[in-house]
Amino acid sequence: MGAQLRVYRQKIKSAQTTKKITKAMELIAASRIQKAQQRVAASGPYSRAVTRAVSALASYSNVDHVLTTEPEKVERAAILIFSSDRGLAGAFNTNVVREAGELAARLRSEGKDVVHYLVGRKAIAYFNFRKRPIEQYWVGGTDNPESSTAHEIGEALVARFLQPASEGGVDEIHIVYNRFVSMLTQVPEVVRLLPLEVVEGVEEPGDRTVLPLYEFEPDVDDVLDALLPVYIESRLFNAMLQSAASKHAATQKAMKSASDNADKLIKDYTRLANNARQSEITQQISEIVGGADALASAK
Amino acid sequence: MALLNVSVVSADHEVWSGEARQIVAKTLIGEIGILAGHEPVLAILDVGEVRITLEDGKVVRARAEDGFLSVEHDMVTVVARAAELVHADSSTH
Repeated sequence: MGAQLRVYRQKIKSAQTTKKITKAMELIAASRIQKAQQRVAASGPYSRAVTRAVSALASYSNVDHVLTTEPEKVERAAILIFSSDRGLAGAFNTNVVREAGELAARLRSEGKDVVHYLVGRKAIAYFNFRKRPIEQYWVGGTDNPESSTAHEIGEALVARFLQPASEGGVDEIHIVYNRFVSMLTQVPEVVRLLPLEVVEGVEEPGDRTVLPLYEFEPDVDDVLDALLPVYIESRLFNAMLQSAASKHAATQKAMKSASDNADKLIKDYTRLANNARQSEITQQISEIVGGADALASAK
Repeated sequence: MALLNVSVVSADHEVWSGEARQIVAKTLIGEIGILAGHEPVLAILDVGEVRITLEDGKVVRARAEDGFLSVEHDMVTVVARAAELVHADSSTH
């Protein structure tokens, strides 16, 4: 077999093996999107109930809570980035990290110190490679987020927020995550988590816009104290679920185009291999014919 | 008698929903019992059981942790980060 032909055959083989892998990953991602979307939907009642309760509290005349008051001067801001533990998801992690970078630049231009909290190995790898400081990070389970992780993150962030700025606390917390729009589109989104802007409301309580006057037990302050961290948690959890769904969708898309590319490569190399084989045969024939001619004329 | 519309939700899913005659829950300052026509309330729950009495007298029990309860126009929502039914099935009382 000609050397050229052997090279082509090797390349075809390698493209075929790659395609098997990417195809499998595509299918796995496709089935996981379904699950992730169901989890986003399943967490809906909880986040709606929490949001509704918090808006009820906010509409109560004199809400004044440390988590909702705007600080006079913002010295330090924290950015929480939701990335994924694994790559092979196209621009998924790049997008969110770039968005966070822009946000950090903007905050710095406003004269604020910026500290980073990270979720997911990819963001951590990015920060470590550039030797940028990380305040705290959480890894594991980005594909299938647990509400306990959201609880942990929420506690850490609220604690840091409650510290005075002079002792290293932060005055503002932003989160950056990929919002799941559709199977094809995932948009990196920046949301200011703290101080809370309750009025803006993630999900407007559609039907009854006028909220009744509630009785609070034990009293308004205690209810606020208990409810606001829960609200923060539910927003964090929602961001995590959205990010997970986006990751799977991004993976599926990336793996689909990888499989398509492999297909194209296989096709191209098959053509080239056929060409090489044909020309080899042609050459052999002409050699035989030439040889036979030479023998015949030598007689 | 008017009935309450009840839903028990935890962070990742809706645990139970349906109609009920009465709900008894443990708040930070004691037990609270809710019947139809109750005034709107937002109460913080203590760790404990929420007892939901159905129309036919059956009782559904749920454990709620880190949660609150809101009542409004006969809509009762028990919200807890971790909530689960104690007996998947209901028992007569």
